[in-house]
This record gives sequence, C-alpha cells and structure tokens, in this order.
Amino acid sequence: MNEFRVQATAFNPEKEKLCLMDPSCGGFVTFEGWVRNRNDGQQVLSLEYQAYEALALKEGNRIIGEALTRFPIANALCIHRVGRLEIGDLAVWVAVSAGHRDEAFKACRYVIDEIKHRVPIWKKEYYASGDSGWVNCEACASHAHDH
Amino acid sequence: MKRISVEYFAILRERAGRDREMLETSTSTPADLFAELQSRYDFPVMTSVKVAINDEFADWQHKLQDGDTVVFIPPVAGG
Repeated sequence: MNEFRVQATAFNPEKEKLCLMDPSCGGFVTFEGWVRNRNDGQQVLSLEYQAYEALALKEGNRIIGEALTRFPIANALCIHRVGRLEIGDLAVWVAVSAGHRDEAFKACRYVIDEIKHRVPIWKKEYYASGDSGWVNCEACASHAHDH
Repeated sequence: MKRISVEYFAILRERAGRDREMLETSTSTPADLFAELQSRYDFPVMTSVKVAINDEFADWQHKLQDGDTVVFIPPVAGG
C-alpha cells in the first residue's frame, strides 16, 4: 500500500496499519499529528482543514513516490484529515514499513516534512478569544515556521 | 477575451465570498489575473502564493488559454 489520501471522516490507524505489513519488513514507523490547544501564544479551541483535493492528491502521491525512490522502504501511507477537528484529534498520520528501522525513520520524516511544505491544504484556527485565522496567511504570516 | 474558471480556497475563498467563478478576462497570465482579483477582493499580502492551472502547479507567466481553470494557492499549512 503506497498512497496519500485526504478524508473528512476519522480513521483507525490500527486498521490502516494492516495494509503495510509485509514479511520482508522488520521496521515500522509512524508519525501522528494531533490538534494542539495552543499556537503562537493563542489558546486554540478547534481547527478546520481545507484541501484543494485534486492537486493535494497529486502532490501527496508524488511525495510518497519520492520516499519510495529515495529510501529502501516497502510501503508508505499518509492520511490527512479535512474539515472541522477538535483538540486531540488525529489530523495527519504517516506510516512506513521497511526492512530496517533506519530507512523507515528517515522516510517517515521525509514524508511529513514535504507534506507540510508542498501539499495544498490549509488550516484555520478558532481561538478562545473569539478570533479565527488561516495559519500562515493572516496574522501569522510574519512568523511562518515549520513546527 | 478569455473565459477562465477560478476556484478559491482558504483565505482567498473568504475574501472573495465564493468557492469559484467564471471570469471573462483580457489578462494573459496568472500573475496579471491575480493582480486584477487582488484589487477587486482585497486579498491579504502574502509571502509565497503559488498558482495551479488545470490542477497542476504552473508558472506565473504561463499563457492562459480559453477554458483554463486557475487556482491561487496561499501559503499552505497542512500537517
């Protein structure tokens, strides 16, 4: 299973994990991105992700393909949620299986870093103050960062 | 005049007040089209906007064709 997908509904990583299992694999690495209750000093109540789905799927799947080319891994899967999410929700999940751990760690890191920078998905934060804003587009534009 | 379909996302969708629209335009590049829309809708100043034509990343100086679909991509924030 090698795929990037976006979906509006919750998913179970334990089930998704099954399609990356492979008798040739001795290492399995995942990254989970969760909705955090603070960002840039503001208390966040909830989030909304919006995707330009046609291009997001193309670019996300290109990144999965690059990970498979750059690192000797067997499978890579990334699922990104869209729509309204609450604190603690699983927003993005990356999973990589490989013969050995080192390449699985590296490929997993590569996929999440590239997804964050290249895939047309946007995040709107709703704050306790009553304000809201698109991250990196509005008030945060002057201090965009990569965490 | 060309007929160009424009789709909006995120902050641009909010400022434009619509998901998409069909425009008749005399502009010949996405750069000129974005400038035209920026003044119409008061888009915010952003550091790194990209553009896609027909669901693929494109150059700002790409020549627009009648019937193209254009999407302006404000700074992304997935993950």
